[in-house]
Amino acid sequence: MTVLEVSNVSAAYRKNLVLQDVRFQVENGTLTGIIGPNGAGKSTLLKVMLGLHPRLSGSVSFFGSSLGRMKTRIGYVPQRGSVDWDFPADALDVVLMGLYGRVGWLKWPNRRHKELAMAALEQMGMADFARRQISQLSGGQQQRVFLARALVQDADLYFMDEPLAGVDAATEKAIMTTLQKLKQAGKTVMVVHHDLQTVQEYFDHVLLLNRTVVAHGKTEEVFTRDNVFRAYGGALRWIREA
Amino acid sequence: MEILWSANLQWVLVSMLFLGMAAGTIGCLSYWKRQSLMSDALSHAALPGGVVAFMLLGEKQLPAMIAGAAVSSLLGAFFIQMIRSSSRIKEDTAMGMVLSVFFGLGIMLVTMVNRTGNGNQSGLDSFIFGQAASMVRKDVFTMLALAALVLLVVFLACKEWKLFLFDPAFAAGLGLSMRLMNSVYLAVLVLVIVIGIQAVGVILMAALLIIPPASARYWTKSFRSMLAVAGLFGGGAGVSGTLFSSMGAGWPTGPFIVLAASFLFLISLVFGVEKGLLVRAFQLWIQRRRLAESETAIIGTGVKRG
Repeated sequence: MTVLEVSNVSAAYRKNLVLQDVRFQVENGTLTGIIGPNGAGKSTLLKVMLGLHPRLSGSVSFFGSSLGRMKTRIGYVPQRGSVDWDFPADALDVVLMGLYGRVGWLKWPNRRHKELAMAALEQMGMADFARRQISQLSGGQQQRVFLARALVQDADLYFMDEPLAGVDAATEKAIMTTLQKLKQAGKTVMVVHHDLQTVQEYFDHVLLLNRTVVAHGKTEEVFTRDNVFRAYGGALRWIREA
Repeated sequence: MEILWSANLQWVLVSMLFLGMAAGTIGCLSYWKRQSLMSDALSHAALPGGVVAFMLLGEKQLPAMIAGAAVSSLLGAFFIQMIRSSSRIKEDTAMGMVLSVFFGLGIMLVTMVNRTGNGNQSGLDSFIFGQAASMVRKDVFTMLALAALVLLVVFLACKEWKLFLFDPAFAAGLGLSMRLMNSVYLAVLVLVIVIGIQAVGVILMAALLIIPPASARYWTKSFRSMLAVAGLFGGGAGVSGTLFSSMGAGWPTGPFIVLAASFLFLISLVFGVEKGLLVRAFQLWIQRRRLAESETAIIGTGVKRG
């Protein structure tokens, strides 16, 4: 079953066209890594799909319907650096935010909601830090809190913007285990990823992006030397020679 | 006369309590939107609108002047937004430009009005430094009602504000309309500013929005308690500043309120339980002592170092 269909999408930042004619389909129960060099438009693609950045053309459909109708089935994990961790809140507060849609606007979370949030924290190995101020968590712990917030949403399709950036090995493992579990539960996950070394190990599908889709499909078929070269252009060659 | 005035003062104090509370809580929203200076620009921008309303009516009517002030304040916000999005000028520069141009225009208009016949008794000067004691009963009630409305908006949607301020992208993903939240935010911010102008003055109104939240940071761990403490500090500053300024005839209210708010800030800075200077010094001392103790313990067991 196709859960996400992106056709012909273009987007720009001011004068620069960042995405051009992006088109791909994502099937149910897959774990896709979105790979590409800096400035390839990976984060922008997520934002455009989620309606957080305007698109110039094209269309995006979720579960054969529109974003507005399917919002509750979609979970989003922004980049850790996109928020101010000095904000006065503890880990549980942040995880509870994932339930706000279900709690209802202008209503307060009840005990049941708090139990759900605690369970998600526990799943990420963060139960002991539930009442810790988020400013006092390490980078890896903050990322786990973000993941717990996404888990508690109980969405069917997840978008994650570099969840593995700047985290320690233990957190990376915890996050990848969680993503595998989501996949086994029939959820679909798309992850912006930076580390080419781990692509084959982590993802069953790959979307190579450089302003447009360079290649998309099963990792073993698509993640080839040639394709990676085409996506990274001269940048990769330079790294190899160095 | 003396008795009448003091009965009025009681009402003024109540309304200043509410104004201070509203300003303190709205200030928390600005604080986390990283727009504390925006409130300063918007309060300065309110001056010309208030004066124009006075010129059109020919007499001092607070509701009309509040409306005029709100219009020019929103106009200021619109210009800041426009300059920022359609030119390469950054937000702080845009705010500086709008603030000074609007305030300059306002001062020019005040001077013009003061030259005319009914100008001297217009009380327009109170718009600049604030004159809480000059408010009549009707003004007090207007202010009280609007401040209560603002407080209601902030506390009812406390959870939504938290989400909006901490992680707007995620909030939008959940279906919370950013346009709606931004509009409500701007509306309550401008509302607090314009109802505070008469009592606190355009120059110092921003202090009541900026200082209480900064002080509250030293006492609180959650957003909700920050709102409550900032409200408390704002209300306290409003009441005590008004009380002190009422001791002398014609003393402006704004400066006294700012001094009261700053006093509360100093206390918070030194004694605050969350990273206050004393607490930090104490924690450092404890750590040093522990370290020293463990070192003596090592030496005591006969382990040689170096």
